[in-house]
Amino acid sequence: MSTPEPDGTEPVAEPGGSAGLAVDGTDVLRVEHISKRFGAVTALVDVNLHLRQGEVLALLGDNGAGKSTLLKILCGFQPPDSGRIILNGHEVTLKSVDAARALGIDVVYQDLALIDQLTVYHNMFLKRETVRWPLLNNRAMRRLARQRLDDMGIGLKSVDAEVARLSGGQRQAIAIARAIYSDAKVLLLDEPLAAMGAKEAALILDLIKDIKRRGDVSVIVIAHNYGQVLEIADRVNLLQQGKITLDKPSAETSVQELNDIVIAEYRRALEERHRSA
Amino acid sequence: MVKRAALLFAQQRAATVLVVVILLVVYFGFFSSASSEFLTKDNIANITWTLAPWAIIAIGEVLLLVCGELDLSVGFILGFSGFLMHYLIDFYGVPPVLAVLLCLLMGVAVGFANGFITVTLGVPSFITTLGTGFILLGILLVTSHAYPATIPASAAGVGNWLGSWTWAEITWTIILVAAFQVVLSYTRWGLHTVSVGGNILGASEAGISIRKIKYGNFMITGFMGALTGLMVTFQTNSIDPSNASYTPMFYAIAGAVIGGTALAGGSGTIIGAFLGTLVLAILFDGFNLVGISANPQPIILGGAILVAMIANVQLARLRRAGRTR
Repeated sequence: MSTPEPDGTEPVAEPGGSAGLAVDGTDVLRVEHISKRFGAVTALVDVNLHLRQGEVLALLGDNGAGKSTLLKILCGFQPPDSGRIILNGHEVTLKSVDAARALGIDVVYQDLALIDQLTVYHNMFLKRETVRWPLLNNRAMRRLARQRLDDMGIGLKSVDAEVARLSGGQRQAIAIARAIYSDAKVLLLDEPLAAMGAKEAALILDLIKDIKRRGDVSVIVIAHNYGQVLEIADRVNLLQQGKITLDKPSAETSVQELNDIVIAEYRRALEERHRSA
Repeated sequence: MVKRAALLFAQQRAATVLVVVILLVVYFGFFSSASSEFLTKDNIANITWTLAPWAIIAIGEVLLLVCGELDLSVGFILGFSGFLMHYLIDFYGVPPVLAVLLCLLMGVAVGFANGFITVTLGVPSFITTLGTGFILLGILLVTSHAYPATIPASAAGVGNWLGSWTWAEITWTIILVAAFQVVLSYTRWGLHTVSVGGNILGASEAGISIRKIKYGNFMITGFMGALTGLMVTFQTNSIDPSNASYTPMFYAIAGAVIGGTALAGGSGTIIGAFLGTLVLAILFDGFNLVGISANPQPIILGGAILVAMIANVQLARLRRAGRTR
């Protein structure tokens, strides 16, 4: 269990600044001065971010703030224009999603990762199947899948069910379980609670709490629903117009404060547009 | 209670195969009572000769359909295969067994070309295989001058194994259907084939090589086409340019669809396709036995395909309705 308190990192109040850069030895992932442009559009500006061992970091922001771009850079889907990524103290180049995964950084996309037509246990072992050559060792995979889902508190009646027949929350839980058991050390969850009912969301929140309790996996949760995420995150980073504008422990902020910052920023941008018009 | 059990069963994928089994029992029952010849050894052999090419080609088509592609050229691989054997043995003095192997290799090579154009160059497989099929037909017509050829005498030995012996074709069919059903259901190749057709992005995310799976399944289909070509050649005891056509491919796909393979990819069984092609073969044979002319047969065939497809679509809806809320 490791949920360290902030170590003097100052929250960044003014837009354009960078989040505090932790340099303590417990950082599992550090992102330094990352920038990214798409033609005339600036997606990320000098972003600094750090993730500690066993920590759950909420990366919040409105639509278009740059969350998805940062996620794609962190999971190896696209390279940054400048800046560096440091994993366990070593600078890494994430050339592809596979390369990032091999280094222990795994991403779980909302409802995209699973194969509807396959069973729960086949999905859990996809590309990492247990084989008794030349055949699949279904018995072993079924047993392990059952055991792993039980260990993670994901109550499923049967691992033989096709995932098409499961609910959104159950599917998300299976995708997370699969990433955890494929040796992910840094888990990126993209909008894990999007389009979910309260019961479904509770299942995923409990799962993330469980991962936090185990402490061997560090998690970045990307979301725009502040309330639910504050419940599970140790720390919050707020991304606005490609910049990290706030870096605070969850306990020291509130939905109200986050909303106020986002709305203030929106009004400021609106006024600026009016002035220039 | 009974209604609930029926619903639960309908929600299983195996239910689609049941539809075919029911069709089989009905047709089998009807034709065996309508004609005393239906169950004779000669007639059963006849059915197997009709069935084998469709069922073997269907193996490849099911693998392709499941991973989201299809092959229209396989009937022309079939047609060219017999001629290639004749050219190799009669014109180049290649030993028969080696000639057979080279024919099979030709099928695999055409499959590779289909894979290259579709996967690497990004042309939809419908168009790719339409093109390669025409090219093969052209090569066949130019080289054979559209005349049939006789089977090389030296190939008689290997011919016994492939099709001259009455039950050779059906024996190979059963072996291949069983083997590839195991491949589809119980190996990584099969699992990855379903994954690619079911969710190409998800499969790619999981690290599955989409390219490898699609190339491989095109090559398997090409192999099946070439093998079938040799079988038909030996069974009919002639090398005929009219063997090269879309017909076997269409019946193979029809059989696959009747047997529960989804054209949209992600699901299907080779056993189902085998049973589907068996339904079609029995229908054809039965119609002839009871004296129905060949002209209305396509109406029945079209109806059978539509009924089976409607049943499959409805069963798929029921399966989705079984989702946990």
